[in-house]
Amino acid sequence: MTHPITLRVNGVPYPLGVDAHATLLNVIRDQVALTGSKEGCDDSECGACMMLIDGQPVNSCSYLAVQADDTEVTTVEGLAPDDKLAPLQEAFLVEGAVQCGFCTPGMLISATCLLRDNPHPATDEVRIALSGNLCRCTGYDGIVRAVLDVAASRSADPRSIARPAVSRHER
Amino acid sequence: MTGYIRANTVEEAVAALAAGARPIAGGTDLVVGARQGKQSLPDALVGIHRIPGLGAITETDAGIDLGTLVSHAAIVSHPAIRERYTALADASVLVGSHATRAQGTLGGNVMHASPAMDTGAPLLCLGGTATFATPSGDRTTDLVDLWTGPGETTAGPDELLVAVHLPASAQATGSAYVRLQYRRHMEIAVVGAAAAVILDGGAVTRAAIAITALAPVIRRVESAEQALTGTSGGAPAVEAAAQAAADAARPIDDVRASATYRRAMAAVVTRRAVQAAIARARGEEIPIPATESTQGSWR
Ligand SMILES: Cc1cc2nc3c(=O)[nH]c(=O)nc-3n(C[C@H](O)[C@H](O)[C@H](O)COP(=O)(O)OP(=O)(O)OC[C@H]3O[C@@H](n4cnc5c(N)ncnc54)[C@H](O)[C@@H]3O)c2cc1C
Ligand code: FES
Ligand code: FES
Repeated sequence: MTHPITLRVNGVPYPLGVDAHATLLNVIRDQVALTGSKEGCDDSECGACMMLIDGQPVNSCSYLAVQADDTEVTTVEGLAPDDKLAPLQEAFLVEGAVQCGFCTPGMLISATCLLRDNPHPATDEVRIALSGNLCRCTGYDGIVRAVLDVAASRSADPRSIARPAVSRHER
Repeated sequence: MTGYIRANTVEEAVAALAAGARPIAGGTDLVVGARQGKQSLPDALVGIHRIPGLGAITETDAGIDLGTLVSHAAIVSHPAIRERYTALADASVLVGSHATRAQGTLGGNVMHASPAMDTGAPLLCLGGTATFATPSGDRTTDLVDLWTGPGETTAGPDELLVAVHLPASAQATGSAYVRLQYRRHMEIAVVGAAAAVILDGGAVTRAAIAITALAPVIRRVESAEQALTGTSGGAPAVEAAAQAAADAARPIDDVRASATYRRAMAAVVTRRAVQAAIARARGEEIPIPATESTQGSWR
């Protein structure tokens, strides 16, 4: 049985038909055809699939697409509007925070969310905020430095977030 | 019914439950369990995550009402919970990552009924009650009477949890929740304990102590509470309470720890939780989460 839903992904509405049990990650990758978000563990341990739903972080591999009906979804592709990299993405390049790149989309989403809620985090706060995002390559130090660099220069580019932090439970 | 429907009201949700659907809130237990292959997703699901009002935290003279959809993130950032129901904030801040805390709800934690759930021991110590909407009207139960075994509750399949209520706390009440964990985040409690105490003129006039991952359900330990009540809350009384909690524990062996280790650690977490609760009741600053601020050589 197919359920009609509308996802607004990075500001663009997508009317879709999805299976009740389809995950948001699979729908975004296979039906919306945005493949930036990755599948690592597929059970909510690694954060490679992290997106924002109405501004709140979610592990999209473990979230039903039907539940995201009528929400604003932000994926890594939405962090660089107009093909111009966000300051956080530039900082990842400068600090060598990317090796294989598999964790990077989720890391960027997670860190964008952190910097929005806490523009000047301490090192420990960065590590805690990124604890749900596993990286097998970098050893994390470059990633943490990149986030701290952006915090030091200025808070993350406000345009990089589709909508302000409204909990969907409170709408 | 099969497939998925989204409930816009409590009545719609209860009707769907009566027709055989399972409720889904944040999905961080239900969907994750299915991804891990533990249990496949139910054929019929009702999304309750958009029902207006169920995500509210409301303070009244009688205490505080937490709607079933209140997220762990909302608990952690709520000033009254941090100040007066501190053990609950100690628990919610430890849940998963910020994504888990943004999507995971209090009601989902309560109804998943894991013996290792983190909000359970704080809610029991703080005197929590649960209100359900049912086809025959609302009913309220003490949380003590809700959990009957791992994943099992006294709630019927057609009963929707709508809110958890915590009674107003007395002056000089302090509470804390402490767990043992292998990493600081993205962990499940190896063992845990919560305590809530009321002090009057330096004496403990009321003590509530509950243990986590040390029995088939989260449970209060009366013998530990008695060991503390009426004392000054000094080291011998705290030690007696900690030992009573360890004696009452019925731990299991599993991948996270042996039963022997769990029983030994029951005394340690209970001691830390009780000491932190007493310190908070005295107005001392014990930062949230108490799990971190009471580690190592603390006292
Ligand atoms: C990476 C990760 C880490 C985690 N860490 C922790 C942790 O440290 N501590 C901890 O305690 N938990 C942890 N959890 C478990 C989970 O996040 C919490 O239990 C969360 O609060 C569940 O809420 P939910 O809204 O996502 O529940 P859901 O998955 O939506 O629902 C859980 C269960 O409750 C039922 N249910 C939900 N709402 C209601 C209602 N209103 N009435 C009746 N039944 C209802 C559902 O049918 C289902 O059976 C973790 C999960 C993940 C994925
Ligand atoms: S793929 Fe979703 S958390 Fe790992
Ligand atoms: S860069 Fe390879 S997993 Fe992080």
